[in-house]
Amino acid sequence: MTTSTTARTAEASRRVPRATRLVLVAAFWLVVWQLAALAVGQRLLLPGPAEVGSRFAELAVTAPFWASVAYSLVRILAGFALGTTAGALLAVGAARWRVVDALVSPLVGAVRAAPVVSFIILVLIWVDSSRLAVVVSALMVLPVTYAAVLEGVRQRDPAMLEMAAVFEVPLLRRLPAVDLPAVLPFFAAACQVGIGLAWKSGIAAEVIGLPAGSVGERLYDAKVLLESADVFLWTGVVVALSLVAERVVAALLRRVSSAGSGAAA
Amino acid sequence: MIAVRGLTVHLGGHTVLDGVDLDLPDGGVVAVTGPNGCGKTTLGRVLLGLVEPADGSVRGLGGARAAVFQEDRLCEHLDAVANVRLVLPHDVGAAEVTAELRALGLTADALGRPVRDLSGGQRRRVAIARALLAEADLVVLDEPFTGIDAAGRDQVLARVAQSCAGRTVLLITHDQDDALRLGATVVDLPRAQASDDDGRRRA
Repeated sequence: MTTSTTARTAEASRRVPRATRLVLVAAFWLVVWQLAALAVGQRLLLPGPAEVGSRFAELAVTAPFWASVAYSLVRILAGFALGTTAGALLAVGAARWRVVDALVSPLVGAVRAAPVVSFIILVLIWVDSSRLAVVVSALMVLPVTYAAVLEGVRQRDPAMLEMAAVFEVPLLRRLPAVDLPAVLPFFAAACQVGIGLAWKSGIAAEVIGLPAGSVGERLYDAKVLLESADVFLWTGVVVALSLVAERVVAALLRRVSSAGSGAAA
Repeated sequence: MIAVRGLTVHLGGHTVLDGVDLDLPDGGVVAVTGPNGCGKTTLGRVLLGLVEPADGSVRGLGGARAAVFQEDRLCEHLDAVANVRLVLPHDVGAAEVTAELRALGLTADALGRPVRDLSGGQRRRVAIARALLAEADLVVLDEPFTGIDAAGRDQVLARVAQSCAGRTVLLITHDQDDALRLGATVVDLPRAQASDDDGRRRA
């Protein structure tokens, strides 16, 4: 056996399967959390994972729990889709027409710089609280997608664009063959960041606007009623939903990417 | 005929072409040779409509154009056949494209792979097939045989000569043998840089 083969075998034996690693990491932090809860000794300040888990088991079998999850999920995903679409379309327009860039860029910069709570309060004046999470999520996602797609459009290979121009490749053929492969990595990165932003801002909007039956309202109620376990529980639910949504979006983008290649072929 | 008169191009503050005259007869092959930096590629780019001349005129230029660029300029995620079909009308089928690629020496196993997985010579053949099959009144071939090994070069040259028969072709090359084998009228761009009686540089 050669030295390099020996090294590879040793490395492989050291390698722990990903799922096992995740379980071990989660177990480590649960133990740390439980120990911290025991050290603090006050359920109000820091409930332990066992208490939060038992509360989850209690709520997970009730319809209102899932109704709240569905309520926030639908609105935040709608806001994400709206912000992503608007950001991408505006970026394409800005790349094509300077006047669009000149008009939209300052607006996008202002949205990016403004604190999310300012938008939540402003939007709450204009729209019903049931639509608040949609609008706020969309507003938070839009600048991210706009900047990324604009950069992607500008980073297209000029040599390939020249080729398409010389051969007079129609736009509908050029898009999947030349443009999309250049823009898609930028768009995908923006979506990965944007979905997390949509959840953070959407839930913040719900906590302030208190639309009836939302996760945000549940979080607010838990805080007011000093139900610390519920605060932890709903926060965990939001984190889990955000992570799942991020994975789903990534998978969808991979599918779009391969479908684009197929369509061009 | 395409008639280039007094063509002057400035790029990056430098004069790349200065008062160049050149005639490309309909259905004829003209080869432009010369050292690096003498403006051969720029001349081709003007004919392709990619560079705006500072002065001079190009008459007789109209209709569709095709090119083998200095670089392959292929869609990396597409296979060889899809790359060629990208520039062709819908009625040109995959079988015709495949036949052209095979005639240029591309092996059957290379046809269905994304071009990013092909060798330099294979990619070059795809770029050549794309230019040969495109319906074009003018074909610009900029160092088209770069990267093709000596063994395959004869086959590719023969195919290009056959496909270009009757088409107006500008061949940009360092290799006079290639030009002669394509039956080209050879124009040496450096020789054209000498001023003629009225101060122009004549190709």
